[in-house]
Amino acid sequence: MFTRRQALLGAAAAGVLGATLPRMASAAQVAEADIAGLPREKVALVAPPFVHAHEQVASGGPKVVEFTMHVLEKPVVIDGDGTVMQGMTFNGSIPGPMMVVHQDDYLELTLVNPATNSMPHNIDFHASTGGLGGGALTLINPGEQVKLRFRATRAGVFVYHCAPGGPMIPWHVVSGMSGTVMVLPRDGLKDENGRPLRYDRIYYIGENDFYVPRDKDGNFKKYETPGDSYADTVEVMRGLIPTHVVFNGAKDALTGDNAMKAKVGETVLIVHSQANRDTRPHIIGGHGDYVWEQGKFANPPAKDLETWFVRGGSAGAALYTFRQPGIYAYVNHNLIEAVELGATAHFVVEGGWNDNLMKQVVAPGPIATY
Amino acid sequence: MHPTLVGAALSGALALAVPMTALGFSDRMHQPKSVVPPAETIDIPAGTLDYALPGEFLDSGRPAMAPSKRMAVPAFSIMKQQVSLADYDRCVAAGACAAPDAQEVSADVPVTGVSWLDAEAYARWFSGATGASWRLPTDREIAAAAAERFAGDSFSAGADDPSNPAIRWIRQYQQEAAAKRPADPRPKPRGHYGPNSKGLEDFAGNVWEWTSTCYERVTLGAGGGHAGTTRNCGVRVIEGRHRAYMSNFVREGKSGGCAVGTPPDNLGFRLVKEKISFIAVINQRLQDLLGLARRNDT
Ligand SMILES: [Cu+2]
Repeated sequence: MFTRRQALLGAAAAGVLGATLPRMASAAQVAEADIAGLPREKVALVAPPFVHAHEQVASGGPKVVEFTMHVLEKPVVIDGDGTVMQGMTFNGSIPGPMMVVHQDDYLELTLVNPATNSMPHNIDFHASTGGLGGGALTLINPGEQVKLRFRATRAGVFVYHCAPGGPMIPWHVVSGMSGTVMVLPRDGLKDENGRPLRYDRIYYIGENDFYVPRDKDGNFKKYETPGDSYADTVEVMRGLIPTHVVFNGAKDALTGDNAMKAKVGETVLIVHSQANRDTRPHIIGGHGDYVWEQGKFANPPAKDLETWFVRGGSAGAALYTFRQPGIYAYVNHNLIEAVELGATAHFVVEGGWNDNLMKQVVAPGPIATY
Repeated sequence: MHPTLVGAALSGALALAVPMTALGFSDRMHQPKSVVPPAETIDIPAGTLDYALPGEFLDSGRPAMAPSKRMAVPAFSIMKQQVSLADYDRCVAAGACAAPDAQEVSADVPVTGVSWLDAEAYARWFSGATGASWRLPTDREIAAAAAERFAGDSFSAGADDPSNPAIRWIRQYQQEAAAKRPADPRPKPRGHYGPNSKGLEDFAGNVWEWTSTCYERVTLGAGGGHAGTTRNCGVRVIEGRHRAYMSNFVREGKSGGCAVGTPPDNLGFRLVKEKISFIAVINQRLQDLLGLARRNDT
């Protein structure tokens, strides 16, 4: 039912946009000739928390960077109890992969909706300008594909998400369809005085809030198809209290064997996105040395933050140099969400211990009597 | 109830002063004995055990290996199987136990989602309902009964490098991650994990078991002796695929936030049957109430 409805919505939006296009035709054609002459680069995406190899400082002029993503509807296990959610994903991962370009590059995405899917999908890039972020130009049915190009005019980390219209929008997003684009300044990241900042590693942490319905005994329900789960899920969504708040698509997806790694002395850029709901990243035992809380690199980074705020529908970036070895918990510092709902990741950091920064002066023991 | 037994055990004054419920015998416990099926036990003969002591150990202010000691274990009888959800539900129905945080299933599964306090309440009720004396096993008894399946402190070890506490921390984290929970922590029907060499069933499956042993932090002195001990009986030792320590009111192992590591899948228990008489139990309970007995049995 909603398939036909969405198809109609998509057609309507495309019609509105089509009507405005002729007025922009001359400017667009000039640009098209210029763009055709630009170098092109094809980039293979990797699943989060990893990010495809990229230059921090652009070595040449603007180019067209090509990406391809397949939308995959599939059941996903979202916690250690085996709770299954009917997931919707960009390229099979929750969150979708990060795409990195430089300011003034053109990002060109081929979006594929395989015939095995059951629903129309599209993509809304917060980094782009016009056309509902591309959503109006990319709505495709199962068995279709589409190619969208936009100019990365602003530097920063920006959410992208599926937005197929009406009630489908929040449902697709909380089913897993979001990711991040990072648009780096051509000359790289800078501190508040314009001095260069560089990172040795980058991790992309996508946070998701899930709303899984329960049966009358309080157990999470499992559905055969996304459509079967829709009505119950919307009911839970409207209560605004998630059943799961997780990083990288599942509770404990970034702990244990999958904990993120770093070494003492290494600088790590941590990009954190939340497409739907506010969050407050915090490194237990660490800090944000330089934090672009709103995620936009034209603004000077805040320094020495303990916790930073990432607004729902945005991504933030934090640069931190690890100074002490050990296990660091990286959490959403609403600790109920961190511990009870799942928003906890770990860093395993190897290296030499610095007594000057911290030392257990006297080990725990009985209370001294005088 | 058992008027003759109770009467024999109590002096008149005490009998009036101590409410029956405080003894663990609720007046709702009127069902005939036949509804409480007897628990099958196995006998563990007296023996000695090389055994890594539970607790945390400090040597010169640094985390140290738990010392392994050869210890005597007197003979005892222990439930062959973990207490089942159906067993536990009878205690709930009798009003003597709080409902567990377990999913209701029709299969004969062990009870899960129970705290140490719940397990203690069950032991009191089950003792009264069966006319025998049941209690949680000590950590040492679990080690003796679990035999080759006993893991103990498999993750505890000394500081590899005294100048860098993070090395031990990271190694412990990685070992725990390597031994992480299986894909399906849902309780399995009893017997699923089979018996060990002593006939004890399902130990070290996906249900960890409460013991009566209190958490201790021990400062080791010269020659490995105990120079100082802090005991916290608000936290008890849990045994299963690995040893854990949990607050006595906790019903579910959880990690997250600051607590790195791999938690137990589920918390359950089995009981030890005392050789002593029912009358002795009553006396013990009275002594406990009057503060005459040491509160903690380790
Ligand atoms: Cu979608």
